[in-house]
Amino acid sequence: MRVNVVVNGEKRQADNVWEGESLLYVLRERLGLAGSKNACEQGECGSCTVYLDGVPVCSCLVAAGQAEGREVRTVEGLADGDRLDPIQESFVEYGAIQCGFCTPGLLVTAHDLVARTTDPSDAEIREALAGNLCRCTGYEKILDAVRLAAARKENA
Amino acid sequence: MTRAAPARSPQDLAGTVSGGIGASPLRPDGTLKVRGEFAYSSDLWHEDMLWGATLRSPHPHARIVRLDVSRALAQPGVHAVLTHEDVPGENVYGLKYQDTPALAEDRVRFQGEPVAILAADHPEIARQALKEIDVEYEVLEPITDPERAAHDTTLPKLHPGGNLVRYQRILKGDPDAAADVVVSGVYEIGMQDQAFLGPESGLAVPDDEGGVDLYLATQWLHVDQRQTAKALGLPPEKVRLTLSGVGGAFGGREDLSMQIHSCLLALRTGRPVKMVYNREESFFGHVHRHPAKMYYEHGATKDGDLVYVRARMYFDGGAYASKTPVVVGNGTTLSVGPYNVPNAKIEGWGVYSNNPTCGAMRGLGAVQPTYAYESQMDKLAAALGVDPADLRIRNAMSEGSTNVTGQVVDFPAPVGELVQRLKDMPLPPERTGAVDIRDLPGGASNVTHGEGVVRGVGYGVTIKNISYAEGLDDYSTARVRLQVIGGEPVAMVHTAAAEVGQGLVTLQQQIARTELGVPRVTVHPADTSVGDAGSSSASRQTYITGGAVRNACRAVAEAVYALAERRLVRPATGMSLAGGKVVADDGEVLTGLAELLGDEVVEETREYHHRKTYPLDPETGQGDAHVQYGFSAHRAVVDVDVELGLVKVVQLDCAQDVGKALNPDAVLGQIQGGSAQGLGLAVMEEIQVVDGKVRNPSFTDYLIPTVLDMPPMRIDVLERPDPHSPYGVRGVGEPPTISATPAIANAIRAATGLELPRVPIRPEHITGT
Ligand code: FES
Ligand code: FES
Repeated sequence: MRVNVVVNGEKRQADNVWEGESLLYVLRERLGLAGSKNACEQGECGSCTVYLDGVPVCSCLVAAGQAEGREVRTVEGLADGDRLDPIQESFVEYGAIQCGFCTPGLLVTAHDLVARTTDPSDAEIREALAGNLCRCTGYEKILDAVRLAAARKENA
Repeated sequence: MTRAAPARSPQDLAGTVSGGIGASPLRPDGTLKVRGEFAYSSDLWHEDMLWGATLRSPHPHARIVRLDVSRALAQPGVHAVLTHEDVPGENVYGLKYQDTPALAEDRVRFQGEPVAILAADHPEIARQALKEIDVEYEVLEPITDPERAAHDTTLPKLHPGGNLVRYQRILKGDPDAAADVVVSGVYEIGMQDQAFLGPESGLAVPDDEGGVDLYLATQWLHVDQRQTAKALGLPPEKVRLTLSGVGGAFGGREDLSMQIHSCLLALRTGRPVKMVYNREESFFGHVHRHPAKMYYEHGATKDGDLVYVRARMYFDGGAYASKTPVVVGNGTTLSVGPYNVPNAKIEGWGVYSNNPTCGAMRGLGAVQPTYAYESQMDKLAAALGVDPADLRIRNAMSEGSTNVTGQVVDFPAPVGELVQRLKDMPLPPERTGAVDIRDLPGGASNVTHGEGVVRGVGYGVTIKNISYAEGLDDYSTARVRLQVIGGEPVAMVHTAAAEVGQGLVTLQQQIARTELGVPRVTVHPADTSVGDAGSSSASRQTYITGGAVRNACRAVAEAVYALAERRLVRPATGMSLAGGKVVADDGEVLTGLAELLGDEVVEETREYHHRKTYPLDPETGQGDAHVQYGFSAHRAVVDVDVELGLVKVVQLDCAQDVGKALNPDAVLGQIQGGSAQGLGLAVMEEIQVVDGKVRNPSFTDYLIPTVLDMPPMRIDVLERPDPHSPYGVRGVGEPPTISATPAIANAIRAATGLELPRVPIRPEHITGT
């Protein structure tokens, strides 16, 4: 089957998509967007999180066909050209990255949190990120980075 | 001819930020990682590549009666199906003992053992074709009890030498010493998984001369190269490895997974072959942490001085040896903890069974005994009626102490100070009045409003050997080049050391900046075209590869001084490099580096070898086995809902001596991340194995800590330089994983008064249901 999606503002088409391929597979293997990660394919880790029509979803749980005609924004679409999004900047600055495998998914989740909440409390941040596993950092620096990005947005 | 490198190949890392050792510059791979552009091994892609897949045994123990691949091979889109008969070299590998078949021959010894592999056009075709491989098994009774495996000689032998991998005894002082106060316990630890997020993956690209390039995620390129080449029947230089982006490791990438398989398929089909495990396969595709059962007895004087420790410990290595010999070595030599113990009798057994193979995981061989002896220390404190922290401080080893193998600790060992510092940290306020239920055990599931919730505080302290032990020379190699690029002096560092997330690339830049006084340092992708760097394990890379980079930089600097001596006609003595210039000892700038070097390229390769260690005496276990120790201590504060058995770790504080923090932020990151893994082992993480079969091979059923499980941490980093190591560093990565677990277990015991002899502690252990 053929799947049409708008990815990061660009119309894209994937051909010969198999029944049962996930949006994640199409993004990674057919559209060359390997930024979103596959760490469980079961909706448990959040590494594959992308925006689908503006809502963060686990792209491993979305059948490719379900994305037909819809808008997808991936980690590759967060920066504005060379300019990193503030959430990306704060992850780099705060050392919220070790192996970085969880990072793309966490960034999309955190980007969404910062976009829809002003001045999130600690409990709110933790709740928002609870679906994204990170095995390396123990989350402390990720929390710092999200707090910083939220504060920057608040003061912007 | 060699084919083009795959798309999304490893990148040069060339941050131009400043920051030498002692600073915390940004990671050179950070921007790539936040942009989604960092090339992980699962992202690799080659134009005409095939997808590999592995058929695994469903049985923990069986004889293979018949194996027929013809139906699978006939499937459209399938290009090759291979069995052990297609392995051209030796069909056996292993880190310590050569006992693991690349593909099973007549017998499988664990559930998930690779039996056949195939390559197909699409991963789904590959998966479907696996089902067409015909295997007939004669199922055998699995051996699942490690104690029986150690002692019962009537059991069938899983390997020609029997079921014992290693036995080690350590005798110190009077092994039969008597004491005023005696406490004993039997402790068990479940099988933990590394659960790195980036699955096993890689891409093998055949060349036209019978060789192959393998791009992959691993912890040690050269050991993979040696083992893979042997199985392929090729000289090592025909099997070239390049490190791709690694999504975490924690020991789980020390043993081979898809290396031999992908190369076999690539060489057979003449096409690049990519293999990526999914999460379930990953649980079967790598080794885990050894579960253990440990019998401990501690004796002390009435005043609380340790008189003796006697222990027997059993480590279940599963089907193949992997790192079991090292686990027994570390386990026994570190068995009494960071304490002065004059008398000891310690025995350790590592065995084969039909359980999943166990090998390296962060804290190798020290996690198990630390859990046991730290449980004992609390028990002893209770028997003596003293404060558990004070008992630890009273018995803490220090510089000059002699450990259980008779080795003198000839570097700082501020164990008592670590505990004292934790003790002095403020405790979180008691819960009073209205509480946010999200802060209580059970969290947002709203299971308690504070009734039935009790609080406890517990300590855990550990000692972990840094680097390889017992006579191994696990050296590292670095190549450093200095040249002028775009009018500026630029250093390039090239090693085979695996960046697995810990920040080694940042550190290599920092060392080169410090030694060569140039801001621009590029880190070349790690590959086997440079000498061996050893493994990214045993907390050793900062120490050993850091030492190699330092040595190579110093050799480059010497060459630059010699050049300056010739050009400037003045003696090289007293010269140094700073700010891109050659400077005399009185601070006078002699020349700019760019000017001096011109077109000249200065390149030097150097090794670093740590000081010599020695094997243990087989009878007494005495010997100078270790290079260095890391020490860390945790204090945990927990709330326990005793009615439901739910635990909330409220605070987890850590004090650790790191010798010298080359990158203080990265040190904190290691402590935070390591502590999280220790928390996981204390209260949630276990691969459940029943009759040799894994019951929970998924992130739905194998739980690792989320952000909701991790409490805030207070971290106190001490820097007491080790005179024997480069810059005084001490390995950092492992200790915090080790001491977190017993601190939490002790806190839960303090809260509940329960014995709780096993981790992970589950709700039913607390409620007794
Ligand atoms: S890969 Fe989608 S949630 Fe884990
Ligand atoms: S940084 Fe490795 S999983 Fe998060």
